[in-house]
Amino acid sequence: MNLTTFAVSKNDVSLVKGLKNTLFIGFLVAFTLVFSGLNKALAIDVTTAAAVQTTAVVAAEEATHEASHDATANAAEEKHGEAAHEGAAHEKFNPSEVIKHHVKDAYSWDFFEMDGKAVGFDLPCLVYSPKLGLNCFSYAKIKEHGTEFEGYSIDHLTHKITREDGEKFYDISITKNVVSLLISAFLLLFIFIGVARKYAKNPNSAPSGFQSAIEPLILMIQEDVAKPMLGKKYLKFLPYLLTLFFFIWINNLLGLIPGGANLTGNTSVTAVLAGVTFFCIMAFSNKHYWGHIFAMPGVPKFVLIILTPVEILGIFIKPFALLIRLFANILAGHMIILTVVGLIFITAEMSHGLGWGTAVFSMVFGVFMFSIELLVAFVQAYIFTTLSALFISEAVAEHHHEEAHH
Amino acid sequence: MLLDATLALAYAGAGIGAGLAAIAAALGVGRIGASALESIARQPEATGDIRTNMIIMAAFVEGVALLGVLTCMLIVFK
Repeated sequence: MNLTTFAVSKNDVSLVKGLKNTLFIGFLVAFTLVFSGLNKALAIDVTTAAAVQTTAVVAAEEATHEASHDATANAAEEKHGEAAHEGAAHEKFNPSEVIKHHVKDAYSWDFFEMDGKAVGFDLPCLVYSPKLGLNCFSYAKIKEHGTEFEGYSIDHLTHKITREDGEKFYDISITKNVVSLLISAFLLLFIFIGVARKYAKNPNSAPSGFQSAIEPLILMIQEDVAKPMLGKKYLKFLPYLLTLFFFIWINNLLGLIPGGANLTGNTSVTAVLAGVTFFCIMAFSNKHYWGHIFAMPGVPKFVLIILTPVEILGIFIKPFALLIRLFANILAGHMIILTVVGLIFITAEMSHGLGWGTAVFSMVFGVFMFSIELLVAFVQAYIFTTLSALFISEAVAEHHHEEAHH
Repeated sequence: MLLDATLALAYAGAGIGAGLAAIAAALGVGRIGASALESIARQPEATGDIRTNMIIMAAFVEGVALLGVLTCMLIVFK
């Protein structure tokens, strides 16, 4: 990739086409995610009940929860009040609670806490029930304990919408992550429509403006990832690879902004991305790919008994590893930063001096972690793209050395 | 506050597991990094190719380690 002597050639006209397709696929990914409701179905809820705190408080709360079902409403309310009071008295600062709140999807986008109340936006809740139809209401209506809207209320243990009467419904709310996703989708559109237009207008001139910032990245994916991995077929998959890279990168960066949503650290989002890669592999795979899975050429028959199941498992493990890698990396990054900051408040409860001392250490280490996370944001987007290209290339590769096996 | 014994054991197991995953990943990534640096020193003109391959290999190792860590996280949080 030689940027200084970059000459625009016929490749770049296709680049423009690629960018248009990129945007289309980007939108497709965004809307699949919004409408699939995957963020409910697939969530490996790592952080659910992250209350690693005193088990007793949880137990007490659970007990009250159960009590509220059978006992009279008044008694239950009273009991819960007691439990909550006890809880407040025992735990002053609960780091796992704070971390859980930060990395989890929510019905409201809170920025900070003031006088014990969260300051932020309450987002719209959308619930669809086959019997009751579609319901749309603000989260503010069901936020407080004991409030409900048309039978829907918030389960304060799992922070999910529930119904007391057990009626089946689908939760397709515009949550914090969905809003963040829409913001990033529009940001991508805004950036790339402008850049694509410039390429379309003067395809044979040097890049200008924001185009100059984006071009090295596009070229990096094209020259370092797509071409070496996919060879002649790279143009077919370049739009998808570019979408992946920019989508993941911009969402990683948006997640790092204080107050941002933890989008790429959500299994549902990474599952959709890995799922699209899986779909690409399945849709474009040729007979050589399947040949290598079911009957690896040049391997004795008895070895195939072991090898074939392993290869079949490998089909599914590859996208699954993509899913886990991105999700775990981003989630871990967020958690480390929050832990480092939380350390200040933990030590400040012991003594004020210790708190101030830790603050210095925490800030320095926090800034260091943030810089690492900036790097990780880029590297993870790059790795996801590269591995997707690698897996796709395995599926579409033409084998000219077939004779060598015989 | 007394944790019950099984829960305590589960936490201990999760901690040890995460530690083992970290050790294994460190060994793997360390070897990859060492040999990549060696190759770059021997053949500086191939730096770009080597770096790309190094990152891919490191990602494979890291992926397995992260699976381990995730399992430990599930033990603690669930």
